[in-house]
Amino acid sequence: MLEFKLPSLGADMDEGTLLDWKVKPGDTVGKGQIVAIVDTSKAAVDVEIWFDGVVEELKVPPGERIPVGAVLATLRELGAESPPPPVPPRTSALPPRISPAARKRALELEVDPLGVTGTGPGGAITLADIEQAAVQAAAQMPPPSPPAVHAPAPVKTDRQAEMRKAIAAAMSLSKREIPHYYLAETIPMARAQAWLTAANTGRPITERLLMAVLQLKAVAMALRQYPELNGHYRDGSFQPAPAAHLGVAISLRQGGLVAPALHDVGDKTLETLMGELTDLVKRTRAGSLKSSELTDATITVTNLGEQGVEVVHGVIYPPQVALVGFGRISERAWVENGALSLIPAVIVSLAADHRVSDGHRGALFLTELRRWLQQPENL
Amino acid sequence: MKMSYREALREALREALRNDPRVFLMGEDVGKYGGAYAVSKGFLEEFGPERIRDTPLSELGFTGAGVGAACGGMRPIVEIMTVNFSLLALDQIVNTAALLRHMSGGQFSAPLVIRMATGAGRQLAAQHSHSLENWYAHVPGIRVLAPATIGDARGMLAPALADPDPVVIFEHAQIYNLEDECPTDWRCDIARAAIRRPGSQVSLITYGGSLPKTLLAADELAREGIDAEVIDLRVLRPLDMATLAATVRKTHRAVIVDEGWKTGSLAGEIVARLTEECFYDLDIPPRRICSEEVPMPYAKHLEDAALPQPAKIVAAVRELLNA
Repeated sequence: MLEFKLPSLGADMDEGTLLDWKVKPGDTVGKGQIVAIVDTSKAAVDVEIWFDGVVEELKVPPGERIPVGAVLATLRELGAESPPPPVPPRTSALPPRISPAARKRALELEVDPLGVTGTGPGGAITLADIEQAAVQAAAQMPPPSPPAVHAPAPVKTDRQAEMRKAIAAAMSLSKREIPHYYLAETIPMARAQAWLTAANTGRPITERLLMAVLQLKAVAMALRQYPELNGHYRDGSFQPAPAAHLGVAISLRQGGLVAPALHDVGDKTLETLMGELTDLVKRTRAGSLKSSELTDATITVTNLGEQGVEVVHGVIYPPQVALVGFGRISERAWVENGALSLIPAVIVSLAADHRVSDGHRGALFLTELRRWLQQPENL
Repeated sequence: MKMSYREALREALREALRNDPRVFLMGEDVGKYGGAYAVSKGFLEEFGPERIRDTPLSELGFTGAGVGAACGGMRPIVEIMTVNFSLLALDQIVNTAALLRHMSGGQFSAPLVIRMATGAGRQLAAQHSHSLENWYAHVPGIRVLAPATIGDARGMLAPALADPDPVVIFEHAQIYNLEDECPTDWRCDIARAAIRRPGSQVSLITYGGSLPKTLLAADELAREGIDAEVIDLRVLRPLDMATLAATVRKTHRAVIVDEGWKTGSLAGEIVARLTEECFYDLDIPPRRICSEEVPMPYAKHLEDAALPQPAKIVAAVRELLNA
């Protein structure tokens, strides 16, 4: 018997709301398969399972709020005998029964059947139950009412507040426990810009590369020499990560931010990364991330240049141990070989965990990053 | 004008015999005896032995003769005493009459009308109490009618005779004595179901001898504040799905009352079609009230217990709506 428990989808998560199951008892599931959608304070996350098996019982009904670590489902190992015929006739884990007509009406009236008590045969939700619920909902709604939502209402309406709370918890933990040190370096971007312009010549707009992708790839390449910046600090020790999964800070239009992982950045071409980044941003804003994307990041990269700032002083997202921040690329007076010139440049900062690395290594990392950005053709 | 179901059938037959010289009636005891249920009483004297023909006790033989006469240009009305005896004529009905148009590539058809009594409720015991309407409703090539009102008893024969293909008419044995007003304009179609009682909360779908019982049940339900719509199928093949779908879209609840046995019943067909066509309009699982799956008992109290009854219908609806 295997137990599938609610994973923590980030250091700041201690509970979630199960929105929907993607599997049912009897289904064979494989490692990495999406089995459920869980609403965290950040988004509705597609949760992947981390072992193979056959689903035996779903323990939690959609709509229920559960703590991290709670058993969501039980599975049996592949090849194991199926258990004797199920004994319990009906468990509370089953979704409520609803008549076809009531289901249709619920969609039309935008009533969430989960909150409706059924009065039909066997406690089924009937048409009348839905219509009554709609009347009650209308009566309770404030005058300039936003359109009703299908999913459990409290979860969605509170998401902004919940996210604020989650960010507060994570950042407080970071500043309380992680001894940050900060370094910054001005990096010339003339070569990178020229290369990018040339690379984008002739490409349709939808396939053009953004500078952000060059920066991400350069960070990943530079990290190969400095593994102490790439990994997780847990239980008093540092575990370096075998690959660079860059957490890309993405701000949300309604406020707050999420930094989902872009996997194996060092091993991918710029074109691949561009496609994946576009997809990641789109899904983040649509609130449909996979659980691995929320937990796998090994370092965070934030780019606030578009907002016009010159330099970022980042706060590390625990349990990561570093954050790289890019400011605005702008024309600067530059002295080289005794001559003054105007070149585009960017200030790149590193916030790193002093428990794991020192300023010396951090400085070398920034130098390495600078070197990569001077040879964009090799990225 | 008030008349009995039997009188309405007789009037329709008399009119057909008078208006069309091709029409004749044949069957067991239709002449001298006046018909097993006295529908053709007096016809022998009025129309003579050429047109009111007593036949030997051979359903297969005289039904086949009817098919032949129909192919030859006549408009025979074959009376089979009861549906149980019609099993002996199944080959002529199912294998010949129903298929002629198809098998002759459209060259021939058999425009005959077969009338037969059906149903239980008169203590005629196991062999004379069947409701096998669905056996015929299963077969493409024939139209199956179940007049359940005085108006339909009076009006259905004319369009049935006008139909170029075979038509089987089921007369429920329990309602020959039913009396009611006959509408002045009794002309009717043989294509559509009828709403016998409009209602909003549940659709009671029935036909034939179960219609009076269902109307009684609807009255009882009305006293309890449940507004039931009663649908009379009238035509068992082809089913008028438009009317059935419309009533279910209105009430969202369907109860089918069918004197046939539940397994393989017409009620089962209706539930299946409603599920296929109106799934998202159904608010409770459809329910069937059929005969108990036993040979029909002779004893009165057992026969009553085996058949659909108003009290059973009321109880089922009450349970469905209040559960």
